Amino acid sequence: MDTHRVLLDGSRLVVESCVRAGANVYVGYPITPASLIFSYASRRFPIALPAPDEITALQWMAGLSAAGYLPVTATSFPGFALMVESINMAYMMELPMLIILVQRLGPSTGTATAGAQGDLLLLDGLISGGYPLPVLCISDLKDCWLLPPVALRAAVEMRTPVVLLSSKEMVMTQASFDLSQLPEIEPVRQAFYHGPGPYRPYDPGDGLVPPFLPVGSDHDVVRLNASTHDRSGLLQHTSEEAMANTRRLGEKVEALTPVLYHLDEQEGARTLVVSYDITSGAAREAVKMLRAQGVPVSLLLARTLLPVPAIYYEVIDRYSRVVIAEENAQGQFARLLFGRRIPPNIRLVGAVGRMVRPEEIAREVLAP
Amino acid sequence: MSIFLTQPELPFCKGCGHHHVVRSTVKALEAIGVRPADVILVTDIGCHGIVDGNFATHTVHGLHGRSVAMAAGIAMGLPPGKKVIVYIGDGGATIGLQHILEAARMNVDLTVVVHNNMLYGMTGGQPSSLTPRGFRTAITPDGSPLPHHDLCRLVYEAGASYVARVLGVGDFSEVLRQAMEIEGFALVEVLELCTSYGVKWNPGLRLKALAEETGYTLGVWTRSPRPVFRLRAGAEEPLGPRGAGLLDLPPVEVRFSSLLEGRWALILSGSAGEGVQQAAEILARAAMAAGLHVTKKGSYPVTVGVGFSTAEVILSRSPIFYHGVHEPDAVVITSMDGLRNQQGRIREMQRGILWLDASLPVPETGAEVRIRDFRGHAGARYAALYALWMVLQETGILPPEALLEAVQGTPLADRIPRERFAPRGS
Ligand code: SF4
Repeated sequence: MDTHRVLLDGSRLVVESCVRAGANVYVGYPITPASLIFSYASRRFPIALPAPDEITALQWMAGLSAAGYLPVTATSFPGFALMVESINMAYMMELPMLIILVQRLGPSTGTATAGAQGDLLLLDGLISGGYPLPVLCISDLKDCWLLPPVALRAAVEMRTPVVLLSSKEMVMTQASFDLSQLPEIEPVRQAFYHGPGPYRPYDPGDGLVPPFLPVGSDHDVVRLNASTHDRSGLLQHTSEEAMANTRRLGEKVEALTPVLYHLDEQEGARTLVVSYDITSGAAREAVKMLRAQGVPVSLLLARTLLPVPAIYYEVIDRYSRVVIAEENAQGQFARLLFGRRIPPNIRLVGAVGRMVRPEEIAREVLAP
Repeated sequence: MSIFLTQPELPFCKGCGHHHVVRSTVKALEAIGVRPADVILVTDIGCHGIVDGNFATHTVHGLHGRSVAMAAGIAMGLPPGKKVIVYIGDGGATIGLQHILEAARMNVDLTVVVHNNMLYGMTGGQPSSLTPRGFRTAITPDGSPLPHHDLCRLVYEAGASYVARVLGVGDFSEVLRQAMEIEGFALVEVLELCTSYGVKWNPGLRLKALAEETGYTLGVWTRSPRPVFRLRAGAEEPLGPRGAGLLDLPPVEVRFSSLLEGRWALILSGSAGEGVQQAAEILARAAMAAGLHVTKKGSYPVTVGVGFSTAEVILSRSPIFYHGVHEPDAVVITSMDGLRNQQGRIREMQRGILWLDASLPVPETGAEVRIRDFRGHAGARYAALYALWMVLQETGILPPEALLEAVQGTPLADRIPRERFAPRGS
């Protein structure tokens, strides 16, 4: 196949991928390091809207999603923090949308132009009540192309907001890239309810996800509700039907979130390197270096972060040492997997304000 | 019973003005002659917001203060002919004031009905920004010390098509009908007294007298039609990608070769506005044209136009997984801003080469130092590109012509002083 080598950044791949996957509205509010996505989207999306703030952005998205559009936004922690209540609303109303969270160095406004992987634990507790929010994570440039369609499809098929996690260096660094390696993207098609009615917007039938009908439909009236509600969408206190409905929100995400990861196991390896997001690159490089030195080592790069896929534990259990590398001080993914009591065979490699280096990962693999 | 209602019994306290709002809304809708499926009622948080189940229309019950923003999303996405109505209280209007002003500015096609009973009814009677001076509430028993926002005036100034303030007694369906029939943003502020808290804390107070005393002027304010903010004229209008796609990016063809075996990392640092990022990108393209893998990143202060500008470029024979630069092979400094930005790294360098503009003091470093007159030779604007050209001359990492070739296709193509980029010694 002919190569098509270009110099580009991940933001551009993400935007093109979203558009090809059928996302039709981008709602943006500028924030470094997500602004590149906004600027590409404003030139490429069928519709791009500049919002006056991030709360409005998420509310417009909810309104547009309710009206049958498939909206996307990108932000970083300070903007994301403003969106949290509205993301909970969209989760409760069961409105599909994609939120791209580009991590930067915190706390607070931190350093806008420095990368970080500091928001994973925030995402784990984002939905009040502890319900899981689907979070997928980009681990290289190719993922910038492959993951948006998966995330958008998951949003539509589960009727839920989905977060695509990334970080500054992942979407802003330019790199040589061969476009000819990218597979075609199958657009996500939203199927709308056309049953005999009456339409009950939160009646999942035999499944976990109710069929979707946009508000304003001529077919039947639609009731959306951010408060505890029954299958018809009507406000309830804590009726059995309503509580079952709320429980279902978590169950569908647990059951239906796609499980994506990269696993490269080497025969004879006793150590597994685990990483995600920007540190995946350093992890790959470290594994390459170690193998070149004749040290067998395996590699797990997590793309589905939440809900945590059970397979990660199965893989981890096969190794006597596991090195988890991520660009934060706490070992957030390690905490997500093991809580605050990290088993002694789990080694953490972290960095703050700079990228984790391959040598640091390799050193931990080789350490006595 | 009206086709717009599912049950006539409303969930409000006896005597609450909210009853009149619902009855007048229903009457207005009947007068307009739409069907329930043409109406989307978006409710906020507050006593008024529990009315969803009474309406046979589409209903959306969202967050406190955010109903107008969500309704704006719905309304801008729907084709003309649908009636999007927001029910919001004075508390919701206080939290969501910006959403209301923004929707008015955009002239989104919706009708906002503000149930202004001048306090938060659902939570026990606290003051909002629409509570008038002197009005007593649960937490201002001596009367609110501050004047209220004139919401109608604010919204009108923001660009609303139709604004009205009415007393929430009896039948005001005619005003609501006008508001709903106008295409564009309409807001009707309905003054009410909460029988549970407003009357309790202000016994004997008459709504009409209160409105007069506190300057809550009744009336209707309209402006001549202006464009309505809508995403599409009709639902049939196709939604396709716009502009140039990714595949329209011109490919970089391999026309040169490089002797580089492994990985080579360069830092270029100078002043903002002196083409540092552009020069680094040109180097990256030149390396691609020599068949190498590259990464390039920029760093600069948030005030993009002043201070330092630093670029990191990695060239590699094999794919680059990790694009951090810990120990650079080459550091190129073209100005004092760049030197200051990189001084820590330069001090730590134990190997590699430091190219330094002749105007700068020589810092302490373990790197080999090469002093060159970049600025004097090429001028501030082209010092960075010229410096990279020199580096290629001196190292042979890439053929220098690859760099000049890569300038083609950039805005610099017709501008760079080519005569300055001649092989050394010629
Ligand atoms: S508490 Fe006040 S605002 Fe709420 S329904 Fe009763 S009278 Fe109306």
